[in-house]
Amino acid sequence: MNPRRKKRLTIVASILIGISVVAGLVLYALSQNIDLFYTPSEITQGKKDSGVKPSIGQRIRIGGLVVPNSVKRDPDNLKVSFRLSDMKMPIIFDVSDPMITVYYEGILPDLFREGQGIVANGSLARGPAGELRIEASEVLAKHDENYMPAELADAAGKDYKKLEYSDKQLDSKN
Amino acid sequence: MWKWLHPYANPEVSYHFTGKILPWLGALATLFLSIGIIWALAFAPADYQQGDSFRIFYVHVPAASLSMGIYFGMAIAAFTSMVWQFKLADASAAAMAPVGAIFTAIALITGAAWGKPMWGTWWIWDARLTSELILLFLYLGVIALHNAFEDKNLAGKAAGILTLVGVINLPIIKYSVEWWNTLHQGSTVSKLGKPSMSIDMLWPFVFCFIGFALLVATIICIRFRSEILTRNSIRPWVRTLVSEHLSKHIAQEKNNAI
Repeated sequence: MNPRRKKRLTIVASILIGISVVAGLVLYALSQNIDLFYTPSEITQGKKDSGVKPSIGQRIRIGGLVVPNSVKRDPDNLKVSFRLSDMKMPIIFDVSDPMITVYYEGILPDLFREGQGIVANGSLARGPAGELRIEASEVLAKHDENYMPAELADAAGKDYKKLEYSDKQLDSKN
Repeated sequence: MWKWLHPYANPEVSYHFTGKILPWLGALATLFLSIGIIWALAFAPADYQQGDSFRIFYVHVPAASLSMGIYFGMAIAAFTSMVWQFKLADASAAAMAPVGAIFTAIALITGAAWGKPMWGTWWIWDARLTSELILLFLYLGVIALHNAFEDKNLAGKAAGILTLVGVINLPIIKYSVEWWNTLHQGSTVSKLGKPSMSIDMLWPFVFCFIGFALLVATIICIRFRSEILTRNSIRPWVRTLVSEHLSKHIAQEKNNAI
C-alpha cells in the first residue's frame, strides 16, 4: 500500500475507533434510561447496578409476565387487576418472586393472557396494605420471538384463548 | 491479490458488466419473490397466537435486515472511496442510499401496522424502534449530502463521513433487544443455533429473504448504471452509447410511421 493510502487508512480507522468508544461510553452512561420499563424486582429492590428505585406517584412503565391465576376481572365493568413477575427463562412462577399488581380499566390487547409478557404504563402507588401497585392507563402486549402453527401449540399443551367480554362489561364503558 | 478487481474500477467495464448480470438478477428476484410471497401468504401456517397477522413477518423482517445490510454495503463503499479514492465507490454509495431509505421506511411502516393489532400501539420509543428510526434519518442525511454539492467528489466525501459515523448505529439496532428492555421481541431467525419458528414457517421466509435481497441488488444495479452514466456524461464512450441508442430509437420511430 502506498504511504498516502496508508495515512488515509490510519486516519479513517482511528476516527471510527474514536466514534465507537464515544458511542459506547454514552450508551453505557445512558443504559438505564434506554430501558423501556422497570421489572417488578427493580421496583421493589431497585436497579441492579445503581439501586435506583422509582418513587411513589412517579409515572413509570412496568414489564413482566402475567402470573397465572392472578387475573381478576370485574363482571360488571372493564376493571381488571393482575400480578406481574420478572421475565426470565425458563418461565417458572414462584410465590417468593417479587411481584407487582397492576390495576387497569379498559379493553386489554388481544394477546393478553396468563403467562404472556405485558408492558403497562401508569403511576406507582401504595395500596391499602402498604404494598406497591401500578395504576395503569395503558397496557401493551409483548409477544416473544417464537412462532408456531396451532397444531404444534396444541401438542405442546399451550393455552392461548383470547379474553371474552360480556355485553354488560362493554356497556359499562359508555 | 486484488488484481482481478482492477478492471472493474473502470466505469465503462463496470457499466457493461452490470448490464450483463442485471437480467439474471431481475429474473431470479422475480422467481424467488413470487414463490416466497405466495408460499408465505397462502400456504404457510398461521401463528397459534397471532393468527394471520403474523404473515407481515415475511415482509417486515427481510426489509429490516436489508435496511441494515444496505447500510453496511454503503459504509464499505464509503470506506474504500475514502482510503483508495476510488470514484466508482461513491457512485455505488449514491446508488444504494435511496434504496436503503425505502427499505427502512418499509420496515418501520410494516412494523407499525403489525404493532397496532398485536402490541396495542403503532409506535413506542423503545431502543429497537428508535434506533431504526435513526437509521432512516441517517439515510436521509446521506441522500441530502450526495445531492448538496455540485462537485460529486466533494459530495461523496461528505456523505461518506456521515455514513461511516452512522455505522455505529448498526450494532445498536442489532443488539438493542438484548442490551435493553424493549417492547420489541428478540430475533427469531438471525441467532446462533435453532431459529424460533417451525420449519414450515421458516422455508417461505428463506425464499422471501433471498427474493428481497435479489430485488435490492437489481434496483441498486439499475441505479448504479445510471449514476455511472450521469457522472461520465462527457466521456466519449457514453456519448457513443447515447448516440447509438438514439439512432436505433429514431430508426424504430420511422419504421412505426411507415
